Amino acid sequence: MCGIAGLFSKSLDVSESLGSHLGEMLLQLSDRGPDSAGVAFYRDPAPSGSSKVSLFSPDPEQDWDGVQAALDEAFGAGQAEPRGSHAVIVVETDASEAQSWLRDRYPELRVMSAGQEIEIFKEAGPPPEFLESFGLANMSGSHALGHTRMATESRVTTEHSHPFSTGLDLCLVHNGSLSNHNLLRRSLRREGIPIQTQNDSEVAAGYLTWRMREGDTLDQALERSLEDLDGFFTFAVGTADGFAVLRDPIACKPAVIAETDAWVAIASEYRALAVLPGAEEAEVWEPEPGRVYSWAHEVVA
Amino acid sequence: MVVDPAEYGLRELNAQLHAAARDPGVPRSWRIVNPAGRHNLAVGLDAELDVAIEGHVGYYCAGMNQRATVRIDGNAGVGVAENMMSGSVIVQGDASQAAGATARGGQLVIHGNASARCGISLKGADIVVGGSIGHLGAFMAQRGRLVVCGDAGESLGDSIYEARVYVRGRVKSLGADCIEKPMRDEHVAEVAELLERAGIGDVDAASFRRYGSARRLYHFDVDNARAY
Repeated sequence: MCGIAGLFSKSLDVSESLGSHLGEMLLQLSDRGPDSAGVAFYRDPAPSGSSKVSLFSPDPEQDWDGVQAALDEAFGAGQAEPRGSHAVIVVETDASEAQSWLRDRYPELRVMSAGQEIEIFKEAGPPPEFLESFGLANMSGSHALGHTRMATESRVTTEHSHPFSTGLDLCLVHNGSLSNHNLLRRSLRREGIPIQTQNDSEVAAGYLTWRMREGDTLDQALERSLEDLDGFFTFAVGTADGFAVLRDPIACKPAVIAETDAWVAIASEYRALAVLPGAEEAEVWEPEPGRVYSWAHEVVA
Repeated sequence: MVVDPAEYGLRELNAQLHAAARDPGVPRSWRIVNPAGRHNLAVGLDAELDVAIEGHVGYYCAGMNQRATVRIDGNAGVGVAENMMSGSVIVQGDASQAAGATARGGQLVIHGNASARCGISLKGADIVVGGSIGHLGAFMAQRGRLVVCGDAGESLGDSIYEARVYVRGRVKSLGADCIEKPMRDEHVAEVAELLERAGIGDVDAASFRRYGSARRLYHFDVDNARAY
């Protein structure tokens, strides 16, 4: 089991309190996933020409100001914003350059996400503690995904927690288990996709990264995953302007979607939607197996 | 008796409903407000109770029901009325997967749609769905009746035994060993009676088609190996 939550705001009120709403949803899903929790928020876009990185350090005494100063000297960088064991820094260069520089200079840090808008935070431990120690209740944003994990395929560590970054401004949360992940991991590594853990969901994330690198749109990559991924899954994928949902054709793993004028949300169970404002009046339905659903904010040209 | 499980406590509420089986002093009529998708509401009842739930419920609502009538004025999560023995469970909205799983008796009415595996391993109950059902409806169903006023998804009646399935709309595909059978007068009468009991009046019983077992897979016979 695992719990998935996604919240897409259509109103200023919901955007401003996105963190507290998502937190309420994850609390409802705590017993589906008591091992670990994680979130991806889309918020405060970095200026054009800059990029935003979420960094994790296993060292509780991590000197984030030191990292920020080194980044500032190399490229120019904004203030580090520490949150729990993570910190977010806006760097005045493109995301891939920032990532490779960080890998060289700070191999002990892990880049959890990179892009213009995405911020990923995740940690092993009970979801209520995660929500508290990362101060998620005060976060705003346009949309966010969350996950509570009950591990079945690999270790319980922060690195093995969801969401997994699947490329710039992209991330994946997964409820289910894949059976061909070892084979896929090997072939993805041959394609040059870095897979860092033994986690099956990270392989699904890597698969989407690979397909989109090869020119697929997100929807095409998800549709192709129905053929190439063997196992049970409900996926929610976050993008800079929205998110997508896909269930495998057998559909053993649950998902419920609800929509009002103020928000669209997906969760593993309805009780995680019931905490949202106006849920009683929402249109509620179960996504059909094997069909890609996606929502996006209108892109302003 | 009006209760909010958030204040009353779910275990306490279910314990009160169970006590009705032994204690004639327990109220017979209950209204549950603010269910908020909670799991296991009104499970294991065994008395002639009338329980109305105002809102959407979570997993296994009215599971193992005996004798009670449970009305859900909203949607139901996974496994509504699973293993029901008798009584009646009525869902005004949609039902999630495995509605009426293994149910042995009683009546489950879903006025909206039901998703995958509706009536899986049905063992004698009657299920009437006003809308459509998802894939693998009546999977391994042994006894009882499943009536679907809308469409049925893939692999309807896979590995079915002696349950009878009636579908009014389109069937996406039939599962292993499930075939269409002729709709004779007694079957039209059976559907009419089930619809009437479910309170669905505007549907013509003669417009349904009947599906059931080809009876090739009850016992392994090597000549039928291709049918699996």
